[in-house]
Amino acid sequence: MLKQLAKSIREYKKSSLATPILVSGEVVLECIIPFIIANLVNEIKAGCSIGTIAYYGIILVVMAALSLTFGALAGSACATASCGFARNLRKDMFYRIQTYSFENIDKFSTSSLVTRLTTDVTNVQNAYMMIIRTAIRCPLMLLFAFIMAFVMGGKMAVIFLLVVPVLGFGLFWVIRKTMPLFKRVFKKYDALNNSVQENIQGMRVVKSYVREDFEKKKFGAAAQDVCADFTRAERILALNNPLMQFCIYAVMVFVLSFGSYTVITSQGLQLDVGQMSALLTYSFQILSSLMMVSMVFVMITMASESAKRIVEVLQEESALHNPKAPVTDVVDGSIDFDNVSFQYSKGAERMALSGINLHIHSGETIGIIGGTGSSKSSLIQLISRLYDATEGTVRVGGVDVREYDLEVLRNQVAVVLQKNVLFSGTIKENLRWGDQNATDEQLVEACKLAQADDFIRQFPKGYDTYIEQGGTNVSGGQKQRLCIARALLKKPKILILDDSTSAVDTRTDALIRKAFREYIPETTKLIIAQRTASVQDADRIIVMDGGAVSAVGTHEELLQTSPIYREVYTSQNKAGDDNEQE
Amino acid sequence: MSRNNTPKTQAEKGILLRLMKTLWKFYPVMMPVVVFCILFSAVVSSIPSIFMQKIIAAVEQSWKTGDWAAVSGQILGLVSVLVVFYVLSLLAAFAFNQLMAIITQGSLKKLREKMFNGMEDLPIKYFDTHNHGDVMSYYTNDIDTLRQMISQSFPQLMISAVTVITVFSIMLYYSLWLALVVLAGVTVMILVTRKVGGASAKYFIRQQQSIARTEGFVEEMMNGQKVVKVFCHEREAEADFDRINDALYSDSEKANRYANVLMPVLMNIGNVLYVIVALVGGVLLLSGAPNVSISGLAFSISIVVPFLNMTKQFCGNVGQVSNQVNAVVMGLAGAKRIFALIDEQPEVDDGYVTLVNAKEVDGQLVECEEHTGIWAWKHPHSADGSVTYTRLTGDVRLFDVDFAYEPGKTVLHNVSLYAKPGQKVAFVGSTGAGKTTITNLLNRFYDIADGKIRYDGININKIKKADLRRSLGIVLQDTNLFTGTVMDNIRYGRLDASDDECIAAAKLAGAHDFITRLPKGYETPLSGNGANLSQGQRQLLAIARAAVADPPVMILDEATSSIDTRTEAIVQKGMDALMKGRTVFVIAHRLSTVKNSDAIMVLEHGRIIERGNHDDLIQQKGTYYQLYTGALELE
Repeated sequence: MLKQLAKSIREYKKSSLATPILVSGEVVLECIIPFIIANLVNEIKAGCSIGTIAYYGIILVVMAALSLTFGALAGSACATASCGFARNLRKDMFYRIQTYSFENIDKFSTSSLVTRLTTDVTNVQNAYMMIIRTAIRCPLMLLFAFIMAFVMGGKMAVIFLLVVPVLGFGLFWVIRKTMPLFKRVFKKYDALNNSVQENIQGMRVVKSYVREDFEKKKFGAAAQDVCADFTRAERILALNNPLMQFCIYAVMVFVLSFGSYTVITSQGLQLDVGQMSALLTYSFQILSSLMMVSMVFVMITMASESAKRIVEVLQEESALHNPKAPVTDVVDGSIDFDNVSFQYSKGAERMALSGINLHIHSGETIGIIGGTGSSKSSLIQLISRLYDATEGTVRVGGVDVREYDLEVLRNQVAVVLQKNVLFSGTIKENLRWGDQNATDEQLVEACKLAQADDFIRQFPKGYDTYIEQGGTNVSGGQKQRLCIARALLKKPKILILDDSTSAVDTRTDALIRKAFREYIPETTKLIIAQRTASVQDADRIIVMDGGAVSAVGTHEELLQTSPIYREVYTSQNKAGDDNEQE
Repeated sequence: MSRNNTPKTQAEKGILLRLMKTLWKFYPVMMPVVVFCILFSAVVSSIPSIFMQKIIAAVEQSWKTGDWAAVSGQILGLVSVLVVFYVLSLLAAFAFNQLMAIITQGSLKKLREKMFNGMEDLPIKYFDTHNHGDVMSYYTNDIDTLRQMISQSFPQLMISAVTVITVFSIMLYYSLWLALVVLAGVTVMILVTRKVGGASAKYFIRQQQSIARTEGFVEEMMNGQKVVKVFCHEREAEADFDRINDALYSDSEKANRYANVLMPVLMNIGNVLYVIVALVGGVLLLSGAPNVSISGLAFSISIVVPFLNMTKQFCGNVGQVSNQVNAVVMGLAGAKRIFALIDEQPEVDDGYVTLVNAKEVDGQLVECEEHTGIWAWKHPHSADGSVTYTRLTGDVRLFDVDFAYEPGKTVLHNVSLYAKPGQKVAFVGSTGAGKTTITNLLNRFYDIADGKIRYDGININKIKKADLRRSLGIVLQDTNLFTGTVMDNIRYGRLDASDDECIAAAKLAGAHDFITRLPKGYETPLSGNGANLSQGQRQLLAIARAAVADPPVMILDEATSSIDTRTEAIVQKGMDALMKGRTVFVIAHRLSTVKNSDAIMVLEHGRIIERGNHDDLIQQKGTYYQLYTGALELE
């Protein structure tokens, strides 16, 4: 896990390494300064001249300046390193996600990816900052303070050998007790926030059923649960402070009583007064370093959950790979399915598709019809290799789709997905997803084919109309037509519409199909639809049922041979047999 | 929302004050105790330095003699006083740390509850006009900023303030001159803190905004990730992300840099101050200048040395305070937003007509406790103090209703219609024609501007909202499910429904089949708004939920839009059974769904332009006819 994370440090290695080095400079000075100060105090007590004080003063000011320089540089390098590391982590995750296949995308929910890219990265960033700042600082501080304490205090320093283990053990106990609690409480906390989100989104349902009080009670109980666990954890954590104080006080009392005794009885030979005060200073340093170590541990443990979630994204292997020697030319728009079976995941109980054999000629128009769960979408997603077939081969232009360069294949096989998404930006910008370099004329042309030109022109800003996130400011039918135009701009050899005209009225639907026939006759067209009206003029219609091809034929043939097709047709045309004539 | 015309600092002071008051009210007993403990602990922990100095001074005076016995009494006496203070300080520290942990988490919990309870009472309008992600962040980001502020910044600031004051008083006790030197140094430190800390706080707030922007971008892209793949748009998405990511990096780097630099700067100003105090002390000592102090002591070593130690303590505390600047700035910003949510005006309900169980005695409706299957509106009349009971039948009439979401933009004009008990009324029209708006008015998610709506002859403004809504069942196009089992979700319709009743409702809705095929059947847990179910399956559950509620009036707003026509045909039977004997309002995109309605209203731009049953409308050869024959688009 650490190896994976470390890969994202890259150009910030320098500042990451510089930080501890600069920090050690700061630490050395931080430790020397009190030493010099102690000397100064002794000199003052001995009644030295102003000159001596000034001499010490200059040394101290220089050291303070140096310490400040080191400290400021360290702080600044540390900020660069940790923020840069976080930036690279986000970048690596986002880039990694871009390589995901549909199978990988299905695995992570949008909200979990958002959390991983933001909150989790921030947690890791903070922990990283702590680590590079204290990794050297604390051990160095400890070591230095220990040495000084022994040098200055001699036998007196033995007290630390007694106190430090006590403190260390106490801190260890605190961490061990709180960590599992924190882990648990964070999960509960997520659940709590999740229920808030459900309420915000489902407020109409809550209010319709007059469930406000019910929800309040539910929330209150969950909040109480989180609060109880959090309090328990924090109360244990809150022992840190008094524990630390206890240790400091113990050392102080020991030094002050036993130290005074030693100073006086040895007449300052074994220990003088200056050394005694220095001991007091170092005792504070040793203990606060230990305290810092314990805080770092808590932080690292808390961030490790986040790190785990980040690494999951980074290590997710794309289920699809570009072949070594890819075919970069799609000859024509023919499609062949040979004994194709498909399941979404290895553990899935049921095959989404099984035993599919289909041969579609280039330029054919194919309708696909079938109930929810009949795997219509699964079928067409194999063509542009959004998923790989589990068994059998799918061929486009006579070549196995797995041999194509992915980008080449997907540019030639345009899919308008069932879940249409427009992105925030102008209509033009959205359309240019299909072709970066399309001229305005080409945009208009594609929109005319998709029957979108008319309504776009009715917008005050026309093609420069801004589309809100998720395309909320255009109607469902308009959105679908924009998505079709966007796909048309790719000038694909195969065009697949996955239930892409469901919100478009039958007349416009027919006009779109007519435009396809007239203007892009050489393109192979696959149209998935709920309405038989949308497919009945296709060259052939495929009826899907339970992941298998149930029947193939023209409208008339299927009315004779396929009971499913007949049922769908009649259910939609019960009263108005006469209204589909165009 | 908050008014922004007050000066910024004043507004922040107001928020700080309000936050304190709120916490105080949450813990009226514990808060004073904790404040006392903190203050006590701060005072008590700054006193020992006096005794320490006395001990050292005693040792100083007598170490040359080597006579321990002569001073042992004095020294050990001082040490015992010290121990007493230490013990007191420890006890206080222990108590306040423990209490603070309880208060912090408890306050956060109470604030969360306050927010949530307030939110539940807000009108639908609030949720229609606020970004959901934004509302969510009150509960996550803003609460988190408060946690740090309450648990760490508050006590730290209090301790430091007390320490600074006590130490400064002790300084004055010793020497005015030296104290003034320290004061000057501290002024410099405060100025630096304001400058550097202010810059840091500014960038921290900017960083929060950058994070929000990144979050928004990532959310949009992740939602459309499949489209990105299909269009091979990965490179462009990466380029866009880089731009936003770099901006975030730049803000957070600056914020952290300023924050990180502040500490060493203050610490070393402290060091320099130390030197200056030593120098000034030395000069005063040698020149034999007269001392001005509370104690009246003359200058001596025993004044300069403790003074140096106090300088250190003093600077350390100023540093601690500066450390909390960011937490306080962000915490106040969070508190401001939280209070804004709490201050939102709740939904007003002046209704006084309530829904009660009733039974018929001698042809008269009488209120009763038990569930009889008969419901009645209990209508108290304030004029003569009498109470009348009207049987709930589901007769809904609209008279000349006008409505506008925003003043000036009327979306419904002069809408009049009636639905007799048991009738099915359908609304047809393009997006924005006002179909859903009518249903929003029926259950009073919004209130009409002009006209009247009567329910069983009673003006709905007189009916208590909760009772009105209880009598209406709604199935919406976007199905919202809650975390819990399938059974829990169906039971949401009526909390006291038995398992059998829930299963019967699921059967009625045509959901039973797919539910039994789920891994754990009715006990299958749902999460993430039922992410593991298809849109159609979720709609079936929503229908089952409405069925179990068994309301006399139902509103179906595109309730079957995501169910394919074949399944719909299967569900239709259940739907018909469900609608039987109820007044039903149907909004549907598919005309096949509304064809058998008793009345169909064709809406356009907020007006009813055609009405009648299917055959009437076909004969009129108007808009409905065109829609039906596919000559017009429905969106």
